[in-house]
Amino acid sequence: MLELQRYFPALLQGAGITLILAVLSVVLAVCLGMAGAVAKLYGSRAVVSMASAYTTLIRGVPEFVMMLLVFYGGQLILNQLASWVGLHAPDVNAFVAAVLTIGFIFGAYYTETFRGAILSVPRGQMEAARAYGFSGWLAFRRILFPQMMRLALPAAVNNWLVLLKATAIASLIGLHDVMFIADQAGRTTQTPMTFYLAACAVYLVVTSGSTACLARARTYLHRGVREGSLHR
Amino acid sequence: MTYEQLGQLFASYASGLWATVQLTVFSLVLGLLIAIPLAVLRVSPNRIVSSPVAVYTWFMRGTPLLAQLMIVYYGFGQFQWMQDAWQRGTPLLSLLRDPYDCALIALTANTCAYTTEILAGALRATPYGEIEAARAYGMSQLTTWRRILLPSALRRFIPAYSNEVILMLHGTSLVSAITIVDLTGVARDFYANYYAPFEAFISVGTVYFGLTTIITLLVRLTERRYLVYLRPQNFATLAKS
Amino acid sequence: MNALTVENLHKRYGDNEVLKGVSLSAKSGDVISMIGSSGSGKSTFLRCINFLESPSSGRVSLNGNEVRTSTDGSGEIRISDPAQLRQMRTRLAMVFQHFNLWAHMTVLENVMEAPRHVLKLTRAEATERAERYLEQVGMTRFVDAYPSHLSGGQQQRVAIARALAMEPEALLFDEPTSALDPELVGDVLKVMRDLADEGRTMIVVTHEMGFAREVSNHVVFLHQGVIEEEGHPREVMKTPRSERLQRFLSGAMK
Repeated sequence: MLELQRYFPALLQGAGITLILAVLSVVLAVCLGMAGAVAKLYGSRAVVSMASAYTTLIRGVPEFVMMLLVFYGGQLILNQLASWVGLHAPDVNAFVAAVLTIGFIFGAYYTETFRGAILSVPRGQMEAARAYGFSGWLAFRRILFPQMMRLALPAAVNNWLVLLKATAIASLIGLHDVMFIADQAGRTTQTPMTFYLAACAVYLVVTSGSTACLARARTYLHRGVREGSLHR
Repeated sequence: MTYEQLGQLFASYASGLWATVQLTVFSLVLGLLIAIPLAVLRVSPNRIVSSPVAVYTWFMRGTPLLAQLMIVYYGFGQFQWMQDAWQRGTPLLSLLRDPYDCALIALTANTCAYTTEILAGALRATPYGEIEAARAYGMSQLTTWRRILLPSALRRFIPAYSNEVILMLHGTSLVSAITIVDLTGVARDFYANYYAPFEAFISVGTVYFGLTTIITLLVRLTERRYLVYLRPQNFATLAKS
Repeated sequence: MNALTVENLHKRYGDNEVLKGVSLSAKSGDVISMIGSSGSGKSTFLRCINFLESPSSGRVSLNGNEVRTSTDGSGEIRISDPAQLRQMRTRLAMVFQHFNLWAHMTVLENVMEAPRHVLKLTRAEATERAERYLEQVGMTRFVDAYPSHLSGGQQQRVAIARALAMEPEALLFDEPTSALDPELVGDVLKVMRDLADEGRTMIVVTHEMGFAREVSNHVVFLHQGVIEEEGHPREVMKTPRSERLQRFLSGAMK
């Protein structure tokens, strides 16, 4: 496919944007998720309600609508602020809008993931830690967190996969990610199918790779756990 | 804004809502129906039977819904034979000219893949002991499926599927990218006409939130009715009796 | 060690008073068995000693140092000095009914963990201690195994080694053999017996009457949150004065 060859560097660049967007978003999401989980489990009543409002609201609205709100609404706010100060407002960067939106949305999903995982660690583990004089932070670091990570891993990777695919929406607000490039190239060369399939290939490589890494990580983290088998 | 404009706005929101609900419901129902036999094939120990389904779900779950929508709507125009078919007005293939039909096809194909995997997972997770007991009590293959396997799988299926339903509702927002005026499409038009991003997207976001809440409530009612035997029991009261 | 003194412990769960003023005093070398039927409050009492449960009222002192508490608005006791409590907990090591070994660590790591990260021993010191006590309980062969690969009796012996590695003033045992299959109980009781012969201070909540009678030097019979009878096993268990204790013992001896 000659067209593919010609656009290969552009596609590669787009793929890079997609990946960087995904990685930055997931880092933000994981941080928000940990904070949210701790808030929901150990916070005061006010904190718990705030965290619950966050997770419920975010998961009730489509990502696309959120992104449009942040992108266009953000531009409006910037323009207003700039006019008050008397400057010309910069354009909202599609990349920044996308990272913030996606990170914020998936922070809610990670909150539920981590919360569920923490609740699944048997109570006796932390009890023994407390009985042996561990401070709250030490017990969390040495006992709760390692076991929680094992339990959270499958759901966490699943969230990552969903997040990665969600980045495609950013192409609709003009971000030059792989979907955007594929779209443009397809139109220009009148071969949309070719380029969309190429973009799909990029996503498939990353999603399949992530799944494989999960399998390998599970082996390491499952040291010390005997899993039941369905067929004796 | 004049009352006439407000009335028009209300009408457009209503039609957008109708489009969203229609697309969600139709794609979910169709997807679920097709997923049931596919799931049975997917759990089959026969590689020849399960592999095609596995490849299908791998592709659909590994790529974004947006890409799938684009492929169905824009992709097929690449091929001369498709263009010729459109010229001739061939019945089935002409579906691919209409954005609404394309959206339905893509959404159905997408949800079907996820639903197949959810069902397959639920079937696979059946505790072996339950099957053994069925066999030990002389149940036939069909009876085992009907009375033990499928009800057992249903309990694992419903929570995961409820999540899928909500995701599909949110997924329909992307059809506004292929010219369909659903709820999101209405919001974008609103923004384009009045330059009021907050009013446009927050109001539409609220509608989606409302729909999501309704779905969540319906799921909870369904679980309560059909999965009564799984409700956690109050052991304290049991012990006292 | 001077003494572990528990004075007038009360514990209430809502309207239900589980402990109605229980006191205990242990000096160095004492092996105290606490017996009683389920619901008598014996485990609750033990767990109040190291404040895994917070007593509603009462005092706990170790070596003359009383655990500092304050009463909050609703009348519940709160720890006023968390650091002091943590310090005290390192002097009292607990062995749990369900072992509670840390699942993601090997046997050796389990025994080393608290000495290293709470007592701040060096890796070498902690390892040496761990190996020494694992040998004492007979689990040297399993240093690199994970708890899930061990039988209940083996896990409990590792848990005992973990407790010993803290070199505590006293050992608290919360029904250590209740969760074990009958054949495995003997191994754990033997280890506990050896510890008593060594002169260790032990407070043991147990259903094993043989242990209570033969190894301990003081038996406490708890019934519905109150000490019905206590004394040397020779008196208390051979010739019980309280009728309830007589019934309890005849039921337990069947």
